[in-house]
Amino acid sequence: MTSIGTGYDLQNSVFSPDGRNFQVEYAAKAAENGGTAIGIRCKNGVVLALEKLVTSKLAKKGANKQISTVDRNIGAVSSGLLPDGRHLASRARDEAASWRSTYKAPIPVASLADRMGTYVQAHTRFNSVRPFGVTLLVGGWDAETDIDVDGAVGAGPSVGAGGRAKGAKHGGPYLYMIEPSGNCTGWLATATGKGRQAAKAELEKLQLDANEDDCITLEEGVKEAARIIHVAHEDNKDKEFELEMTWVSAVSGPTKGRHEPVPKTILDEAERLAKKALDGDDDEDGKMDE
Amino acid sequence: MNHFPEAWGRPRNDVYGAYNWAHLHGQQQPQTHTQTPIVTGTSVVAIKYKDGTVIAADNLASYGALARFTNVHRLKRFNRKTVVGFGGDVSDMQHIDRLLQELNVEENYYGNGESQDDDRALMSAKNVHKYLSKVMYKRRSDFNPLWNAILVAGLDEQDKPFLAYVDLLGTTFSGPSLATGFGAHLAQPILRHLVPDEQSTMSLSKEQAVEAVKECMKVLFYRDARSMNEYSIAVIDKQGVELKNKVPLENQSWDFADRIRGYGTQTV
Repeated sequence: MTSIGTGYDLQNSVFSPDGRNFQVEYAAKAAENGGTAIGIRCKNGVVLALEKLVTSKLAKKGANKQISTVDRNIGAVSSGLLPDGRHLASRARDEAASWRSTYKAPIPVASLADRMGTYVQAHTRFNSVRPFGVTLLVGGWDAETDIDVDGAVGAGPSVGAGGRAKGAKHGGPYLYMIEPSGNCTGWLATATGKGRQAAKAELEKLQLDANEDDCITLEEGVKEAARIIHVAHEDNKDKEFELEMTWVSAVSGPTKGRHEPVPKTILDEAERLAKKALDGDDDEDGKMDE
Repeated sequence: MNHFPEAWGRPRNDVYGAYNWAHLHGQQQPQTHTQTPIVTGTSVVAIKYKDGTVIAADNLASYGALARFTNVHRLKRFNRKTVVGFGGDVSDMQHIDRLLQELNVEENYYGNGESQDDDRALMSAKNVHKYLSKVMYKRRSDFNPLWNAILVAGLDEQDKPFLAYVDLLGTTFSGPSLATGFGAHLAQPILRHLVPDEQSTMSLSKEQAVEAVKECMKVLFYRDARSMNEYSIAVIDKQGVELKNKVPLENQSWDFADRIRGYGTQTV
């Protein structure tokens, strides 16, 4: 940080003598000050959770959702400047729609994350714009079943030339994080915002390797996500917060391949367990047993 | 179509001189949009009953007189309240289906609106019909119509049965029973016998409505040379959409045929 105050941090897209873009680093600071957002890639789906800081008792509970749905099967949550997050969600929806109009199919999560990364990176290239003050989490499920092309009529041949390969499987759960620099990386689980350090420490304790038998399921993921958001909130205890959580599963799972808010009954149960785990063993690692 | 003015019976060249082509700027032709449908689907038939709506269309897409595609599903589910049935050009049907999917994605960013207790605003059949009528009217006003006759069947905002028509001209109307194409001539009389007015739909059961529609599909297969003996049928009520795509035509009556001989005098 030796170059701070020497004039290299006044404009976006200006390189400091050691090759850094300070405006992007300042944007990252803004992103780190938002409510904690986490994403967990489970065996059969993805969970997104957000610690939504409540500034006033006058705010209506459950209103003003901050986790957005992109297309049908992808969710996006950001931490940092709220309007920047909304702008990115809107951009993501446009990207998904334009993909659909070209390829007549939903956009794969990886392609959407890549396009969003490119868009965010474009805002580090000119001094006429500022970088985004958010870190964006993109989580979704690519259909592994054979899905119809949009507007398809008829089924086409079932075998032979133009037929389908039997038993071919693609798709699955995906989770990406896009930083203000445009850096876009895939994760098993990740966290951003104020409580990210505590959250990441908790996430590292989970079994997230899908090849292992004890890889956590979507239902466990929901409970863990609720608990981790509560753990991450410990540093910020004086402020009220509301837990917002969404999930996406396979077509065979509870959300039928769509990104949706976690149903209220499941969310309430997860939160009850989370509070119990926090009160129960503060000294232990907070690992809960049902 | 021949756009050259000579083909229109204009005054003779030897009397009035050669035609002045200047306004056509050399080889330029007038812009010609869709002039005829190519691959087509035939009738769509629908009727309202006390709790919902039944709609059916066969699975054939004809290429002129050729029965070219035999597994084309012309009933498209929009959401748990709405099914859209398409007659007319199949490529235009695909286009409209994509428009509807785009609309569906946009409208359902916050939850899919599929579950019964989802209290978010869900597009009703009435909303979908309004959207389609605007699209169809805009296109015909651009002299570039989407060559379809469409029935929108389902439930309105109050979960009352809804059924309405819109076609390539943007013409819309609704009724207790509706049919497009050949169905308007052959199916409507049968259905009107059952539901002459809105009031009578209130006493019609689901079974009666399904039975009537199946009867119409049979009559249409007997009499419409562009129809087929496999069809899709959907029932839309408060429980959602029950859409079956491969229903075979049953109980056809052909036994009388072997008693018919010749065209008058022939006896063997």
